[in-house]
Amino acid sequence: MNSKTRRVAVIGGNRIPFARSNSAYSKASNQDMLTAALDGLIDRYSLDGERIGEVAGGAVLKHSRDRDLTRESVLGTRLAPETAAFDVQQACGTGLEATILIANKIALGQIDSGIACGVDTTSDAPIGVNEGLREVLLEANREKSTGGRLKQLAKLRPGHIVPEVPRNEEPRTGLSMGEHCAIMATDWGVTREEQDELTIRSHDNLAAAYERGFNDDLVNSYLGLERDQNLRPGSSLEKLGKLKPVFGGPEGTMTAANSTPLSDGASSVLLASEEWAKERGLPILAYFSEGQTAAIDHVHKREGLLMAPAYAMPRMLDRAGLKLQDFDLYEIHEAFAAQVLCTLKAWEDPVFCKERLGLDEPLGSIDREKLNVNGGSLAAGHPFAATGGRIVASLAKALDERGEGRGVISICAAAGQGVVAILESAGETK
Amino acid sequence: MSDRYSQIVNSFPGKLVAGRVGLPQPTELDRYAAGEPLVKGRVLLGTAPGGRLGAPIAKLLADAGSEAATTPDDALRAAAADAGLDAALFNPEIGGDQRFKALVFDATGIKDSTQLVELQRFFHPTVRKLERSGRVVVLGTPAFGTDDARESTAQRALKGFTRALGKEVGRGSTVQLVYVSPGGEDELGSTLRFLLSPKSAYVSGQVIRIGPGVAKTPKVDPEKPLEGKTALVTGASRGIGESIAETLHRDGAKLVLLDVPQLSEDLQKVAKRLDADTIEIDITDEQAPKAIADKLKKGVDVVVHNAGVTRDRTIAKMPEDRWSSLMEINLSSEERINDELLGRGLIAANGRIVCVSSMSGIAGNSGQTNYSTSKAGVIGMVEALAPTLAEQGLTINAVAPGFIETQMTGAMPIAIREAGRRMNSMSQGGLPVDVAETIAWFASPASTGVNGNTVRVCGQSLLGA
Repeated sequence: MNSKTRRVAVIGGNRIPFARSNSAYSKASNQDMLTAALDGLIDRYSLDGERIGEVAGGAVLKHSRDRDLTRESVLGTRLAPETAAFDVQQACGTGLEATILIANKIALGQIDSGIACGVDTTSDAPIGVNEGLREVLLEANREKSTGGRLKQLAKLRPGHIVPEVPRNEEPRTGLSMGEHCAIMATDWGVTREEQDELTIRSHDNLAAAYERGFNDDLVNSYLGLERDQNLRPGSSLEKLGKLKPVFGGPEGTMTAANSTPLSDGASSVLLASEEWAKERGLPILAYFSEGQTAAIDHVHKREGLLMAPAYAMPRMLDRAGLKLQDFDLYEIHEAFAAQVLCTLKAWEDPVFCKERLGLDEPLGSIDREKLNVNGGSLAAGHPFAATGGRIVASLAKALDERGEGRGVISICAAAGQGVVAILESAGETK
Repeated sequence: MSDRYSQIVNSFPGKLVAGRVGLPQPTELDRYAAGEPLVKGRVLLGTAPGGRLGAPIAKLLADAGSEAATTPDDALRAAAADAGLDAALFNPEIGGDQRFKALVFDATGIKDSTQLVELQRFFHPTVRKLERSGRVVVLGTPAFGTDDARESTAQRALKGFTRALGKEVGRGSTVQLVYVSPGGEDELGSTLRFLLSPKSAYVSGQVIRIGPGVAKTPKVDPEKPLEGKTALVTGASRGIGESIAETLHRDGAKLVLLDVPQLSEDLQKVAKRLDADTIEIDITDEQAPKAIADKLKKGVDVVVHNAGVTRDRTIAKMPEDRWSSLMEINLSSEERINDELLGRGLIAANGRIVCVSSMSGIAGNSGQTNYSTSKAGVIGMVEALAPTLAEQGLTINAVAPGFIETQMTGAMPIAIREAGRRMNSMSQGGLPVDVAETIAWFASPASTGVNGNTVRVCGQSLLGA
């Protein structure tokens, strides 16, 4: 058994710009977009015909035909067809969890290189046949005789034409993600103004990142889109203040601006051992050093649905021997501005930290100037499984720009889950 | 609910009509049943900056296993964490559909009248979130607890706030002010428990003072605080006295019940039910104090002076014997019994004397010069004895019942009865058990910091307020 682990290098990433739902990518399938993102990565790092150790990826909203979506996408790229791939699904944590899985295989020496990727479309949504129709068809299929089949098919009713549409709601509570987050916002006393401020910063930071060319080697244009379609810099509290709340009732604080829109897109990250990178003369932007998942009980214990990252973080920090303040960059996925603010408030709160996290001291506050410095999901959009890859690549590059330091990622996911990870600057060693 | 008006206006058509024409709409009050949680709902704890009571309140709520939330004050959150209270956050600045069964506000941080606005800041966004039979408790520092004139002024101002709020909250909710003098912080527990629970259903608009304990506060089982204690209850054969006996029995006390020989049959029935000892004697009898003391020669922990009568006449028509016989029963005999028990050292360490005064003793009542005098005298006795008893490790307090639904009030003429019932913040009469619960709170061994108080059980009656 291999008892040694090795450092995992983040070489770089590529994604397509994220589009708003039913817009630029309305005709693109998950496989189309994922293939495009992977091809961009292949171009950037000259992986043409290369047999990569393994590719892990996934989507949250999948058609039944999307069996082994990642492997099928790989077969459509210019990677060697002998490249193995597997699918992962952990709601919005999919992309980062895929990265952890690839990183772990590299660390253990099972593979030398790997790609973590993710994709989602809310435009090309998997609409299913009516549940009643499906039952009739299956029953008919089980019949041995034609008569029997006709007898079953006679049970068809006009109502069976109504299709099954995927819903953005928690199966065990029936509440949408937004409604859940609205409860959290109330629980943590998050104001409308705080959320709108965070939203404005997200857009302005992402716009500034594009302006200075930060995204030039992270994003490839796709279907005529050069930048993320949702990006709206230069807004103001007055403008955002006019929007009506969309979650939490008429007194709610969550609007279409401070919640991420439904979006389409794909992302990918190339990870490798240091030797593999050196052999090919590839740069090392950062090292992927820690990962952690956690889940909470939103059903019976009524914890906030999107609070799991708040639990994952101290477990990871404890293992890494770090404090929350020991980071130079923080990437907290902005599913909703309120989710970010609830998480930060929870880490600052002595009661939450003691009673829920079992800590003697609160984790404390962070320097907000270090948060999502190149924009977040509110500005970029949030194609569920693609968000992890966007953040890992963007943070790795930001650390490379700094030339030193450490960054942390926190991503909340549906069904009460959360994924966090640490990246370290490659500094001198690259 | 016993009175017919309440039954009618709480029916669907009754509610509709009463709402339209503006008739009083009494809410059926929550009352305590053994084994229930302290508060049936969420408690919101807030503070003026610099309050000193966050920690003891948080500790009590944690001990009671109450569901709680606090305002975002940093010191308060830290106090909650230290106390092990898993309190949610509530930011009054934002909306939300939370409801609270109790609002507790630590106003001890208010040092100047300009800071009284903290009351507005806490209650303005929260008062509508109070559930039916809700509880509001404001905590302050008594005037003698500070040398600072500005602070003293601002703290005195709290009385106006709580009494006005008591008249605004409605729907069976109560509002109290608790003055905790420096050094009394750790004695808050039993009082806060009483005020937050349904036990204080008919107590509202009261000002309660808590000081340093007269003895070391023992740990008690909140379900059986009087376990192992002996309590004497006078006038125990029926009405309020019977209810007091039942309540103290529920709290674990071993009872000695006293009444006049004429009521022997009733008394024995109650005694049998509550497994109690009895003394059948007229307390005005010259031999009574000694006889009672002899019966209690092993000591007594709680003495409840409940026996009392009315002998109504205007003073112009009042013969001396009518005056004197009442004064003997309601006041003088109590003084003699106290003297005998105290003189012989029969009231045990951390013991309690609890007296029953009356709203008439505070407001005065036409036709009751004798009664009002005796009941005001009871308050005087409490105030006079409190400091000396404190030195002996004992407390003395009184309840002053308002309109309590008993056989006596049931026999009143309807106009007077309805006036008595409705002219209070609850728009209804209280029940004997409301008086009994208040006495049980005074009687608890945990109430070592409660001394010299007279607390009205009157639903915040307009009379004498």
